[in-house]
Amino acid sequence: MAKLKLATVWLGGCSGCHMSFLDLDEWLFELAHQVDLVYSPFMDAKQYPQEVDVALVEGAIANTDHWEMIHQVRDCTQYLIAFGDCAVTGNVTALRNILGTAEGVLERSYINLADLVPQIPAEEAIVPPLLDWVKPVHTVVPVDLYLPGCPPSPSRIKFVLEALLQGKRPQLEGRDQIKFG
Amino acid sequence: MAVKTLKIDDQLISARGDETILEAAAASGIHIPTLCNLQGVSLWGACRLCLVEVSGSSKLVAACVTPVAEGMVVQTQTKRLKHYRRMIVELLFAEGNHICSVCVSNHHCELQDLAIEMGIDHVRFTYQFPDRSVDISHPQFGVDHNRCVLCTRCIRVCDEIEGAHTWDMAGRGRNSRVITDLNQPWGEAESCTACGKCVNACPTGAIFRRGSTVAEMEHDRSQLEFISTARTRREWVQK
Ligand code: SF4
Ligand code: SF4
Ligand code: SF4
Repeated sequence: MAKLKLATVWLGGCSGCHMSFLDLDEWLFELAHQVDLVYSPFMDAKQYPQEVDVALVEGAIANTDHWEMIHQVRDCTQYLIAFGDCAVTGNVTALRNILGTAEGVLERSYINLADLVPQIPAEEAIVPPLLDWVKPVHTVVPVDLYLPGCPPSPSRIKFVLEALLQGKRPQLEGRDQIKFG
Repeated sequence: MAVKTLKIDDQLISARGDETILEAAAASGIHIPTLCNLQGVSLWGACRLCLVEVSGSSKLVAACVTPVAEGMVVQTQTKRLKHYRRMIVELLFAEGNHICSVCVSNHHCELQDLAIEMGIDHVRFTYQFPDRSVDISHPQFGVDHNRCVLCTRCIRVCDEIEGAHTWDMAGRGRNSRVITDLNQPWGEAESCTACGKCVNACPTGAIFRRGSTVAEMEHDRSQLEFISTARTRREWVQK
């Protein structure tokens, strides 16, 4: 049987969800035998591949790069998992929505609160423009599974991946598996 | 008080005539979810989580404020009820800024418990992200309006058990918020006795003890129950 093609994607999150993934410790060896990691911040791949079976997407959609990336991920992925609270609810990443538009956020961060040279970084094609409103993944593209938690614990991640490796759809329930925060 | 016989979820139940559906169900071990309800203070019926179906009526009724009646047939777990309950909890999450990961009440929160009970793994509604304030002018406590679900438990314990009536509700609709005294900062509210009953009554992380960090704010409901029971039984009155 062909190995499961797994991708992990890092959008508007703190990478804590990816750290929790690394906390799978020695189970990662077992996982490595059963999947092909085809795209991830843990490896050097510039392009998101055409055909991916499962993708764990960390983070909310906060800038134009994320927006493009999530559409690409959705187009090329069978089973998309919203990985962690930022992906599922917006969470900490979306706290800036209270300030209103992207402009308001940039002004507050780079002008109002600046100690030295107040200026908004605007170098074309280096800093992707912020979206006005940080969005949870499912409000931009359809999501197949929600794995909440900030971050989701390694045991939850393992539960989901194990089920998928056995060709089953994971069913999450109860405090151990679906709690926010 | 005459005893009434009724059926809840196909279970035959006898209840005291002055009991509510919620009380009768609880006495028979039937769990109906609630949020604004709090043992020992008056009934409010605002959150609508305890909605049940009563045969012969197309309207859904709140179990906490509906008295039992002879021959009543009640359903508490139909598909329709579960659909609405889940919707109510999702709407509460979408309305305020509930960021559980940075909340003092994470792990000790009734709203979170309800979400888990209802299997809520994401919210289908658009988050509103209202601009709400935090008041930490009180030397011991704080109120974070981002976590408030407007259950009025703080208002009722403060008025009915402590007798201070520091808390009240101001505004309408999405602008509703709890206030202290006549909309003074809590630290300047002279009626507040700093008894902490509201802290223990609040179901979420809205009212907290200052200095509690993420996931540290626990609520002691038994303290409230102890006082209200003792008061009902007049345990402190010299005989
Ligand atoms: S859910 Fe928590 S751990 Fe994961 S990216 Fe967001 S803030 Fe970081
Ligand atoms: S009050 Fe409860 S639901 Fe709201 S953020 Fe805190 S833990 Fe989450
Ligand atoms: S502050 Fe707490 S107890 Fe008071 S209305 Fe809000 S959620 Fe309820």
